[in-house]
Amino acid sequence: MSPDKNTYRAGPDNEGRFGKFGGRFVAETLMPLILDLEEAYRASKNDPDFKAEFDDLLAEFVGRPSPLYYAERLTEYLGGAKIYFKREELNHTGAHKINNCIGQILLARRMGKSRIIAETGAGQHGVATATVCARFGMKCVIYMGAKDIERQKPNVFRMKLLGADVIPVTCGSQSLKDAMNEAMRDWVANVTDTFYIIGTAAGPHPYPELVRDFQSVIGVESREQILAKEGRLPDSLVACVGGGSNAIGLFHPFLDDDIDMYGIEAAGHGLNTGKHAASLAGGKPGVLHGNRTYLLMDDDGQIEEAHSISAGLDYPGIGPEHSWLHEMKRVKYVPITDQEALEAFQVCSQYEGIIPALESAHAIAYVLKLAPTLPKDHLMVMNLSGRGDKDIFTVAKALGTKI
Amino acid sequence: MAVSRIDQKFAQLKKQGCCALVTFTTAGDPDYDTALNILKALPAAGADIIELGMPFSDPMADGPAIQASSIRALKGGMTSRKILQMVAEFRQTDAKTPIILMGYYNPIYIYGVDKFLEDALKAGVDGLIIVDLPPEEDNELAIPAKAARMGCIHLATPTTDSARLTTILKNASGFLYYVSIAGITGTQEPDIDAVKKAIDMIRGQTDLPIAVGFGIKTPENARAFADFSDAVVVGSAIVNIITDNIDQEGLANPALEARVLDFVKMLKAGVHKAKRSKGEE
Ligand SMILES: Cc1ncc(COP(=O)(O)O)c(C=O)c1O
Repeated sequence: MSPDKNTYRAGPDNEGRFGKFGGRFVAETLMPLILDLEEAYRASKNDPDFKAEFDDLLAEFVGRPSPLYYAERLTEYLGGAKIYFKREELNHTGAHKINNCIGQILLARRMGKSRIIAETGAGQHGVATATVCARFGMKCVIYMGAKDIERQKPNVFRMKLLGADVIPVTCGSQSLKDAMNEAMRDWVANVTDTFYIIGTAAGPHPYPELVRDFQSVIGVESREQILAKEGRLPDSLVACVGGGSNAIGLFHPFLDDDIDMYGIEAAGHGLNTGKHAASLAGGKPGVLHGNRTYLLMDDDGQIEEAHSISAGLDYPGIGPEHSWLHEMKRVKYVPITDQEALEAFQVCSQYEGIIPALESAHAIAYVLKLAPTLPKDHLMVMNLSGRGDKDIFTVAKALGTKI
Repeated sequence: MAVSRIDQKFAQLKKQGCCALVTFTTAGDPDYDTALNILKALPAAGADIIELGMPFSDPMADGPAIQASSIRALKGGMTSRKILQMVAEFRQTDAKTPIILMGYYNPIYIYGVDKFLEDALKAGVDGLIIVDLPPEEDNELAIPAKAARMGCIHLATPTTDSARLTTILKNASGFLYYVSIAGITGTQEPDIDAVKKAIDMIRGQTDLPIAVGFGIKTPENARAFADFSDAVVVGSAIVNIITDNIDQEGLANPALEARVLDFVKMLKAGVHKAKRSKGEE
């Protein structure tokens, strides 16, 4: 897993590390489960039936492949790079999150588990998890910060309609990190029947690896699609980064190609205000939620609350592979503020007829900055990770509009 | 090499045919001075070994009681340095009672592992229990701790089978901590027969003393587990007394310290009643 092997795609190593990042920092009670999961995952990787079922569900239930769409008006408006959107927002349930959930529920079934738990921030992962649980007839419990329940009401109702129990988490910052703490506590107490579907490419090994692999369908498809449309690979890739699953899903199949990659972190009110969620730009390496990675924390190692207008990016950490890619300087990570994301949200809606998720709007905001500086023959692929229906109340409030 | 305080304590108790009472309180809960006063009075009240919680913002292995106590301590400005200072102050009044710090890895990692080990030993800390460091991560702390002669207490749980136990024991020292429930602190009731069976298995694989903890709440409970283990750990039940004796601003009422210590005395009396066979020496 060192760069001298001439590949950025070999990680993680046997200890679950990407360089020094990753690992298995969990309570001993969970270790046997995590080792079982790793074994089940290795077996499924070599099982053609598993792959066939995964692919079939992605096609028939999720509606893949998602289009690689030429964003013509935005390209004209910006007057630079030729912009493509990878349309993950067209997936069933409206975001990339479902790709990973399909993979993990198949693993859960393979391991004989009957009860699923998950954490959620924006509610997209919660909805996706509740959806696959309904589809496979499994009991579903979703942990969600009380603050997020307030700002993502439509998704809370969706989860309930799908038959999930949504449990409000009132400790700490009442957002994604606390939901994850609570999910871990549930897991330790229900080790025999419960499978934890982690929603992003973070957590203890093997989660960062398996989430990445399930999400890599985004990059694999994009590669085929751009070759079919343009006859060559893109010059740059852009994706927003919360924990980093949609970004690593797009990037990973291209890591060894000569392509510029940009991961967009949420800068909230601005990096110098202390109210942001940019763990690479404003954090340092530490250990939380099972892995070593960049985290927002104080001088004493206490984790700090993140802030972002987008609930799905409102997390003080990032997946370990991104921390490694950052230190290897293979991917450039760039902060985008709430304000810039709000503007991009409107530009995308009005120029492309697509209302993006606030998370994805962070990626769009960077496209608005970068594309005009590039020549017209530059091919840029941006991951439109989700649709914005869930965010209209938040955006209306931010714009001072009553609906 | 000098015998560690932990080894000395267990040797002494074994001679007396006694099980150790291990108390858990969070450093700085509800405030520095009250916590230090309690700490200093614990040995006389019956604590044979003291576990001092290092508060963390995200205590994933803890139930509501210890979560709340961690938050109180952090709000009161507790830091790693102050925890070590508290231990050093305790050591001025007590040279014998082992002190074990229990917590999560990040604050130690950020302090710097080598520096932390050095400062903690200097302050008089005897061992560490870090709940998010399984043996797979022994390189992080357990191995440097061993080299520095700091005890590194490992955990076994209801999910531990014999093969797994071998892995856990590899770098374990001081004693082995058996987590009596699959769950977080202060929630479920442990199943005593299952725990007994697990301890029998563990005894077949190690000579380390075995402590049982995580769901022990009353003197009667403590006594029941003391029948077959070398130490019983009580945490949430003590922390609950602190919670019940602070006002809305988190200020301790005048009776708090005495109530905590009275409860510890009752726990000790319970442990004393245990039917234990005397050690061979
Ligand atoms: C639409 C959308 N994009 C992105 C994210 C961020 O997650 P990740 O970085 O794992 O892709 C979320 C999380 O909820 C989301 O809903």
